[in-house]
Amino acid sequence: MSGAGASTLNAGAQIGAGLGDRLSTHLLRRQYLLPMLLLIPPLLWFGVIYLGSLFTLLAQSFFRLDDFSGTIVYEIGLQNFIALLEPANLDVIRRSIVMATLVTIASVSIGFPLAYMMARYTRGTTKAILYVAVMLPLWSSYLVRLYAWKLLLAKEGAIAWLVTQLHLSWLLEAILSAPVVGGNSLSFSPLGTFVVFVYMWLPFVILPIQASIERIPPSLIEASADLGAHPRRTFWTVILPLAMPGIAAGSIFSFSLTLGDYIIPQVIGNSTLFIGQVVYRQQGIAGNLPFAAAFSIAPIIIIAIYLWLAKRKGAFDAL
Amino acid sequence: MTHAVSLNKVSCVFVSAGRSVRAVDDVTLDIAAGEFFTLLGPSGSGKTTCLRMIGGFTRPTAGSISIYGAAVSALPPYARPVTTVFQDYALFPHMTVLENVAYSLMVRGVPKAVREQRASEMLELVRLPDMSKRKPAQLSGGQRQRVALARALVSEPKVLLLDEPLGALDLKLREQMQVELKELQRRLGITFVLVTHDQHEAFSISDRIGVFNQGRLEQVDSPSALYERPTSRFVAEFLGAANVLEHEAALNLTGHPTAMIRPERIAIGSAPSARISGQVEAIQYFGSFWRIKVRCPLAAILMVDLPVSSAQPTIGDTVHLHWDALAVHPLRPSVSV
Repeated sequence: MSGAGASTLNAGAQIGAGLGDRLSTHLLRRQYLLPMLLLIPPLLWFGVIYLGSLFTLLAQSFFRLDDFSGTIVYEIGLQNFIALLEPANLDVIRRSIVMATLVTIASVSIGFPLAYMMARYTRGTTKAILYVAVMLPLWSSYLVRLYAWKLLLAKEGAIAWLVTQLHLSWLLEAILSAPVVGGNSLSFSPLGTFVVFVYMWLPFVILPIQASIERIPPSLIEASADLGAHPRRTFWTVILPLAMPGIAAGSIFSFSLTLGDYIIPQVIGNSTLFIGQVVYRQQGIAGNLPFAAAFSIAPIIIIAIYLWLAKRKGAFDAL
Repeated sequence: MTHAVSLNKVSCVFVSAGRSVRAVDDVTLDIAAGEFFTLLGPSGSGKTTCLRMIGGFTRPTAGSISIYGAAVSALPPYARPVTTVFQDYALFPHMTVLENVAYSLMVRGVPKAVREQRASEMLELVRLPDMSKRKPAQLSGGQRQRVALARALVSEPKVLLLDEPLGALDLKLREQMQVELKELQRRLGITFVLVTHDQHEAFSISDRIGVFNQGRLEQVDSPSALYERPTSRFVAEFLGAANVLEHEAALNLTGHPTAMIRPERIAIGSAPSARISGQVEAIQYFGSFWRIKVRCPLAAILMVDLPVSSAQPTIGDTVHLHWDALAVHPLRPSVSV
């Protein structure tokens, strides 16, 4: 009797089970189905929109612009890449790489101590305040901050005023009269471009480094001291290698953002060009989309080489 | 004679959330050279803080610590002749097993060939010779434990500190490692200072044990002396089952104001000459013995451990309890907390 009752109940449950129930049972049985479903939106986004546009870009770079009619000729050729090797263009690429490298070195050098301090020596409210302080610049518009820096760095701006008050104008003038980095004023010098680049990317460098240092168990640092290592030794053999994935991630941000940016050097700096500006001008003013496409392949290749070098140096070993 | 480790009136006060906590309270302790000494106590009793102060990771707020006669209180960990096996092993994840073991030799500038040779020997000593090229993540818990041990021993420390090193291992492996640790200590003749909350581990492994309670060192003695002759109620109860008698019951039954009888020292016998009689309230089976809980007038409940071979009473029976006068051990009257 009780058996019959149970089977009736079962049947009732099956009839009562809605589509949702059956779907969730189905999903539970096939463990790979749910992750697949979750993957569809990002895969569509990355696969179609991101990779699609990237390939379109790559394809564009093999076409050429007809100089007379200003129309694109859909014939495959390497002329754009050959043009990249012209001294003027190589100069732009070299300058961009040097700037990106210097910005990265400076960002990591400035960011690491703060990231270390945040990860190791702060807790609770202090840590939250530091987080907000690091992120705060990202809450306001990039352009607003850029023009704020333009004012700060201007010939009669706040920094020049402060330097004058400190009777150090001679020093600023000496720096500005230096070849390559100098210029009319800080806001019209590559030095100014560099300062603003470092300022802009610093949050993107600090946060991954901070996360990677936070993941190092404190007992590892104690163990290193326990085994006779001086703190300086511990830094080089334990902390730095284990923070490397974070440093690599942060440096990829600062390096690639510098390589691709065309607004900062446009607003702050002299007339020397960076990769981003050339791409911008070629596709906008000159209307030479194929050459702009070829030029924008350059930072992709440079970043790929950078990642390959970082991997070969073991930056991701501790991941 | 110089002691391997001496703690003289050592205290450690932490300030957390505005309150000060006396993690270690006025501890004076001498650990002899070549001894296997265990700091035993419940969690939060100050035993780990004590070990960390010997290792140099925590500074005492009062008192002094010396190692082989040399004051070390002001020395950082890297300048102390001690090494530690950490609870989580703290192996460097980016180095191979061999590099981990050779680490202390590397920082001392020992040439690569020599230090790798020594590290390999050490790995053989802990029976882990074929793992040298692996990364710690590729090892099992027991193997990591051995690597941590080899790494701590390779620099030939004068004292080895072990912070609950076996806590993460399962029972079988833990018992095996206890035997191996003891064997290793005997062979190397190094002073071992172990922290544990497991009294079985402490008993099976130690020459002497210091029992911690609420930051204070309650008693220091050999395992058997601690078990047979505890001085306080806390020690009596922490180191195994104990019938602690107090007040009137204690005076009537034992003649002491506070006294302890271990359950296995009580027998069930005939009514005449019985010390006390009572009713069986519960019976528990422990594999190697039965534990009978007997409700007695005055003494509330007494635990009696009977061998499994003996005849069992049933619940509700009236039983007559006997014990030898020597089984009774007087305790320091406890300040109840």
